Amino acid sequence: MDTATKAVGTNFFNRPTVRKLLILIAIYIVVQVLIWTDILSAYLQVTLITICINIILAVGLNLITGFTGQFSLGHAGFMSIGAYTCALITMRMPTIWGFLIGIVAAIILAGIVGLIVGLPTLRLRGDYLAIATLGFAEIIRIIFVNLDITNGAAGLSGIPQFVNWPWMFFFTAGTVMLVSNFLKSTHGRACVSIREDEIAAETMGVATTKYKVTAFIIGSCFAGMAGALYASYFYVIKPEFFGFMKSIDILIIVVFGGLGSLSGSVLAAVVLAIISTLLQSFADLRMVLYALLLIVIMIFRPQGLMGSKEVSVAMLKKVGKSLSFKKKERG
Amino acid sequence: MEQFLQQLINGISLGSTYALIALGYTMVYGIIKLINFAHCDIYMIGAYIGYYCLTVFKLGFVPSLLIAMVLCTVLGVSIEKVAYKPLRNSSRIAVLITAIGVSLFLEYGMVALVGAGVMSYPTMTGVLADQYKLGQITISMQQIIIVGVSVLLMILLQFIVKKTKMGKAMRAVSLDADAAQLMGINVNATISFTFMLGSAFAGAAGVMVGMYYVSIKPLMGYLPGIKAFVAAVFGGIGSIPGAMIGGYFIGLVEVFVSGYVNSLYKDAVVFAILILILIIKPTGLMGRAEREKV
Amino acid sequence: MAILSVSKLTKTFGGLTAVSDINIEIERGELVGLIGPNGAGKTTVFNLLTGIYPPTSGHIILNHDGNQKQLGGLRPDMISKAGLARTFQNIRLFRELSVLDNVRIAMHQNISYGLLSAFLHLPSYVREEKRVLDESLKLLDIFDLTSKQDEMANNLPYGEQRRLEIIRALATNPELLLLDEPAAGMNPAETAQLTSTIAQIREQFGLTILLIEHDMSVVMTICERIYVMDYGKLIAHGTPNEIKSNPRVIEAYLGEDVNNA
Repeated sequence: MDTATKAVGTNFFNRPTVRKLLILIAIYIVVQVLIWTDILSAYLQVTLITICINIILAVGLNLITGFTGQFSLGHAGFMSIGAYTCALITMRMPTIWGFLIGIVAAIILAGIVGLIVGLPTLRLRGDYLAIATLGFAEIIRIIFVNLDITNGAAGLSGIPQFVNWPWMFFFTAGTVMLVSNFLKSTHGRACVSIREDEIAAETMGVATTKYKVTAFIIGSCFAGMAGALYASYFYVIKPEFFGFMKSIDILIIVVFGGLGSLSGSVLAAVVLAIISTLLQSFADLRMVLYALLLIVIMIFRPQGLMGSKEVSVAMLKKVGKSLSFKKKERG
Repeated sequence: MEQFLQQLINGISLGSTYALIALGYTMVYGIIKLINFAHCDIYMIGAYIGYYCLTVFKLGFVPSLLIAMVLCTVLGVSIEKVAYKPLRNSSRIAVLITAIGVSLFLEYGMVALVGAGVMSYPTMTGVLADQYKLGQITISMQQIIIVGVSVLLMILLQFIVKKTKMGKAMRAVSLDADAAQLMGINVNATISFTFMLGSAFAGAAGVMVGMYYVSIKPLMGYLPGIKAFVAAVFGGIGSIPGAMIGGYFIGLVEVFVSGYVNSLYKDAVVFAILILILIIKPTGLMGRAEREKV
Repeated sequence: MAILSVSKLTKTFGGLTAVSDINIEIERGELVGLIGPNGAGKTTVFNLLTGIYPPTSGHIILNHDGNQKQLGGLRPDMISKAGLARTFQNIRLFRELSVLDNVRIAMHQNISYGLLSAFLHLPSYVREEKRVLDESLKLLDIFDLTSKQDEMANNLPYGEQRRLEIIRALATNPELLLLDEPAAGMNPAETAQLTSTIAQIREQFGLTILLIEHDMSVVMTICERIYVMDYGKLIAHGTPNEIKSNPRVIEAYLGEDVNNA
C-alpha cells in the first residue's frame, strides 16, 4: 500500500499529489494535440476511447475482485445497465444536459442493481459468488433481449454521441483518482483487509458484509458509467455486447495487470489494446491467444504485471538504474 | 394430460443429458473444490468427435459413442495434468481463472479449426430413427437410448463409487486429501480418475445430444454447461446422487417452462433457480456445509 | 462489578459438544488465565466470546460503562465495537499488508470520516488520517516495531509477528483483551519479555485480560486467577497456588513439574 499519505508538508513539487496532477495535465494536452494535428488517426482515436472505457471497467472490477477479494464474473451486466439507461435518456433528450443526466442515472441505476445483486450473493464463498454474479449478468442480458423498450436483440442505434477526448479523459482520470483515493482511506483498507483475512478483519471491527457490498456497488457504479460512455461514443448497443465474454475481457485485463494494482489495470488496458490491434487480422486466433495468456499467467506469474504494487517514482528509478547498468555491462 | 406426459418424457430425456454433465462438475468439485469451467467444452468436443466418427469414418452409433468417451477421457485428464495440477496450492481465484482460460481455449480453438457455424449430425437411420406412439404421445428410440445409456452409466458410477477401491479413494480424497494421502492413497491418481469419469460422461452426453438435436457448434457447451452446473448445485455440489436428481429436475423445469410458460424465458428461469438456491440453501439438496476452523 | 459474565455457555457442532456449561466471571482490571490440555475447548470459548460462533445456549454479558450488553449471537465486528479484542492462536495477520496498515485497519471502527471524504480526501480525511498515523506509530513504538512499519507483515520474524498481533488487538481500543497462546513458539528469553509486556500493557492501557497459555511460567507469574478446562468443561478455578495443588488439574494437565515453574 502507498505510504505516500505520510508525505505532507514537503517541497511543493515533490508532493505526490502535485506530481500526479502535472502528469495528468501533460497526458491530456499531449493527446489533445495529437488529435488536433490529425497525427492520431480516427482508427487510433477509437482505440484510445476503447482503452479508456476498459480502464474504467478494469479499475472497477479490480476494486471488487483484486482489492476486496470478491470474485465477480458479472461486471458486464452493470455496464449494460448503464449503457441502456444513458442511451434511453439521451435518445429522448439529445442535449448535453441529457447526456449528463444520462450518466448520473446510469451510475445510480447500476449501483442500485449492484446492491440488489450484492446483498444476497456476497455472503457466498469465492466460486459460488462467481457463478451467482455470472447468473445475474445473464438474467440481465436475457431481460434486455426480451424487453420492448430496449428493442430486444436488435438493440439501440442512433444514440447521440457526446463523448470526445476531453470528456473521456475527465471520466477516466476521475475514476482512477476516486478509486485510488478510496483505497488510501480507512474504508479502502477495510476492503483490503477482507481480502487478506475475512475472519481477522471482522474480529478487528470491520463490518465485512457491509464493505463487500460497498466495494461491489462502487465497482458496479463505475461499470455503469463506462457503459454510458460506451453508448455515447459507439452509438449502437446490443445485449450481446455485454455478455459473459465482455466480463471475461475485463477480467483478463485485471488479471494481466495484477489483481490489486490500479496502475497494473491501466497498463494492461493499454498493452492488451495494442496486442488486440496487432492481431486484428487474426480475429479467431485472438481469443485463443487470450485464453492461453490467461492460463500461462495463472501458472507462471499469477500476480500479473504489477502484482499488488503500484507504479511509483521509486520503482521507475529502480527500472532506470537496472537498464543503465545493463547498458554499462554491454560496454 | 397427454401434453403433460409428452413434456415429462422430453424432460426426462433432456434431464438425462444434464445429469451426465452435472456428474462431472460435482465429482471434480467434490475432489478438488474447483468449478471446472472447461467441462462443458469437453461435452462439446465429444459431440464433434461423434460427428467425425459418424461422417468421416462412417462408424456406427455405438462405436462413435465409445470412441468419443475414450478420447474425452484423455482430454479431461490431460487438462487436469497441464493446467490444474500446477495450481493445486494456489488461491481459488487463480484456479478458477485458469479453468475459464481452458474453456475459452477449447471453444475458440474449435472455432479456429472448424469455424463458428453450425454443423449437422447425419440423419439417423434404422433402429435409431424409430418412433413409438402411445396415443398422442411419441417416444423416439433416441430418447430411449439417451435415458437408457445415462441410467446405465449412472448405475456404473454408483457401483464404482460404492464398491471399488478407487471409489473409496475418491470419497476419501473428497473428505480430506491430506488424511487420504497419509493412509496411502495415491491422491494424484484418484484425481485423474475422477476427471476420467466426468469427462467420459460428458463425452457420451455430447454424442447423444448431437444425435438427438442434430446441430452442433463450438459454443454449444456454454448453456447446457451452466444448466448442468445449476443442477449440480441444486442437488448439492459434491454429491453424486444430488447431481443426478438435479439434472432431471432442471431438465423437467426447462421443458415445462418452455411448454407451459414462455420458451423465451426458459434459460432465465434456470438462472433464477441458481440464484434462489445460492441464497436460500447454497449446499443444495444433499450437500454438506463446510466449516472453516478458526 | 464484573466486566465479563459468562454463564452456562455451551456450544455443540452437530453431534459434538465442544464446550458445555462454562461459567466465568472477570472483574475489571484483572488478569485471568484459561488453561487446559489441547482440545479442551479454550479457543472455542474465545471464538464464542468474539462472535465467530454463536452460542448454542448460555449467556455472555459485557459490562461497559454501567451498561450490560449481551454478546451472544452478535457479529464479531459488533463485539469488537463493544470493547472486546483478541489475538489468534495461529497468527492471523494481514500478511501482504504493511505492519502499519495492519495497525491502522484495527483502528477502523474509531475513524469518523465517511465515503465522500474518502473519495475526495476532504479535510476530515486529512485530519483523521494524521491522527490514526500518529496513534499507530505510538503503538508501534511501545513494542519497538517503528523501524519495521513499512515491512510486509509476512516478512517479520515469528516473534515480531506475535507482537504485531497484540498491537493490532490493542489498536481497536478494547476494554477486555483476549490473548490466545501469545507465547507459543517463543524461547525463554522472549517469553520473559512477553510476560513483562503483558503486565505493562495492562497498566498502561487499563485493560482487563483473559489469557490462554500452555507456558506455566507465564501463567503462574502474572495470572491472578486461573480457570482450568478439560474435555469442554471447567474442572477447576482459583488462584495459581490453589490450581497448582489441585489434584484434578494435576491429573488432567499439569503433572508434577508445575512446582518448578
